[in-house]
Amino acid sequence: MELDSLYQEVILDHYKHPQHKGLNPIFTVQVSHVNTSCGDEITLNLNVENNIITSITWDGQGCSISQASVSMLSDLVTDKTLEEADAIVKSFSELMASKGTSAGDPEILEDAVVFAGVSKFPGRVKCALLGWMAFKDAAIQSQGESK
Amino acid sequence: MSFSVAQVRKDFPIFERTIRDGKRLVYLDSGATAQKPWAVINAESDFYSKHNAAVHRGAHQLAEEATDAYEGAREIVAQFIGAQESEVIFTKSATESINLVAYAMGNAEAGNRFALSPSDSIVVTEMEHHANLIPWQQLAKRTGAQLKWFKVGQDSRLDLSNIDEIITSQTKVVAVTHQSNVLGTINPLEAIVKRAHEVGAVVVLDACQSVPHMSVDVVALGVDFLAFSGHKAVGPTGVGVLWGKAELLDELPPFLTGGSMIENVTMTTATWAPVPQKFEAGVPNMAQAVGLGAACKYLSELGMDAVRAHEIELTGYALEKISAIEGIRIVGPLENVSRGATVSFTLADIHPHDIGQYVDSQGVAVRTGHHCAWPLARAMNVPATTRASFYLYNDEQDVDALVAALLGAQKYFGRF
Repeated sequence: MELDSLYQEVILDHYKHPQHKGLNPIFTVQVSHVNTSCGDEITLNLNVENNIITSITWDGQGCSISQASVSMLSDLVTDKTLEEADAIVKSFSELMASKGTSAGDPEILEDAVVFAGVSKFPGRVKCALLGWMAFKDAAIQSQGESK
Repeated sequence: MSFSVAQVRKDFPIFERTIRDGKRLVYLDSGATAQKPWAVINAESDFYSKHNAAVHRGAHQLAEEATDAYEGAREIVAQFIGAQESEVIFTKSATESINLVAYAMGNAEAGNRFALSPSDSIVVTEMEHHANLIPWQQLAKRTGAQLKWFKVGQDSRLDLSNIDEIITSQTKVVAVTHQSNVLGTINPLEAIVKRAHEVGAVVVLDACQSVPHMSVDVVALGVDFLAFSGHKAVGPTGVGVLWGKAELLDELPPFLTGGSMIENVTMTTATWAPVPQKFEAGVPNMAQAVGLGAACKYLSELGMDAVRAHEIELTGYALEKISAIEGIRIVGPLENVSRGATVSFTLADIHPHDIGQYVDSQGVAVRTGHHCAWPLARAMNVPATTRASFYLYNDEQDVDALVAALLGAQKYFGRF
């Protein structure tokens, strides 16, 4: 069933057991993003020390794809430098724009390659990107903060 | 019942196709846009292939034919809603129709009955589609007028208990929906119109979800302006209607200015053509208006009372079957009284977008989200809902397919 390429076990697992959910009161930058087409919302707290992402926490409501996606993102970028995180976000964005033609780079994206199936469902790409775009925004703002 | 869904479905070519690997198309998203019968598709196509020319100008036969077709459509639409032809204005959408009234009011100078000042108020309701909220919200902002609204109770009905405090002698306009696009609630217009007219306010009715589904007579309703869109009434996209009482349209200043809407022009001044031309600047959406005429004719031939009776019966069946699913919360009136064939719901903690995706895999097309009525979603304490909206080509088999798909979604998302 094609639906199974969208709803991979690991995605539903992250949805059921979201990682880094619950906002850490210590943060460098806080951002809130909304998916205007469905009303999904996310608030994301990012803490950066010496260019290293020491904490990323979030809260919000949304579908399994958006919730699992931000959960996996949080796992992926914690303890990375801002430059490393930026490369991960770029790779993920490319995967989402691939319309099902890319399997994703497991070296960079690790478990997040399971979202490759999402790129075949144009209506869901925005769901998968909600948390990532919030993080990208926060990362850019954090660079402004440290200057 | 004289109304045959099987017969109606034959008029709509889209039902000849299948969906998601050969599944029967179960289209439950007519609240967003309706499917089109051949009569409409052919009318629009015939206009382009046989009669295309700019209306109201041109000294040639095609221009005459195009004008006849366009004005003929106006006549059909007027009859369809019980209006005078000269009171029917073609716009590109219901959204434009409502914006037309709001912007034109904003253009009114002191002394004009529509002129707004900070001592005036504009009244809306909490269940409005964004198209009947934001134009008024922004008009209030531009003019300093106060925006007031009726709240929606947990019974999914407007709370009119404070009607005399909401609609006061300061109120200039009351904008309300005939039927909620999310809840399906049909609003009690009589009380609202009576109070509005008592204080000299005009009533603007968003009839997008009512005109396609029931017999609507503007005179009987007693409202002052009414807007609906063509594409939700089996008509083409790109055409909407604004109806207004003749004397009000006369006094209302124009919104869009330019060609076709003038009487006389100098380098520094202009005077306006009579209504409806005053509100139809530029070469209009002729083929779409002609298509809408064909749509209204199609619906009239079926009979709007028959369409409504069919939808009432189907809604009763849908409410019974859907509410029997464990974990369902219907967001809208539970009883099949003063409600249309729109059923919104949540299903346990499965997000509507995931429900929509699953039921789509079964060939069932629904809408998910806040349905362009975000304040209403907040008032009902739901981040989003799944919405099934039924129409004249839906039957009990479609309800059964939805219910089966919802049970399937429960199983699918319960697997982890």
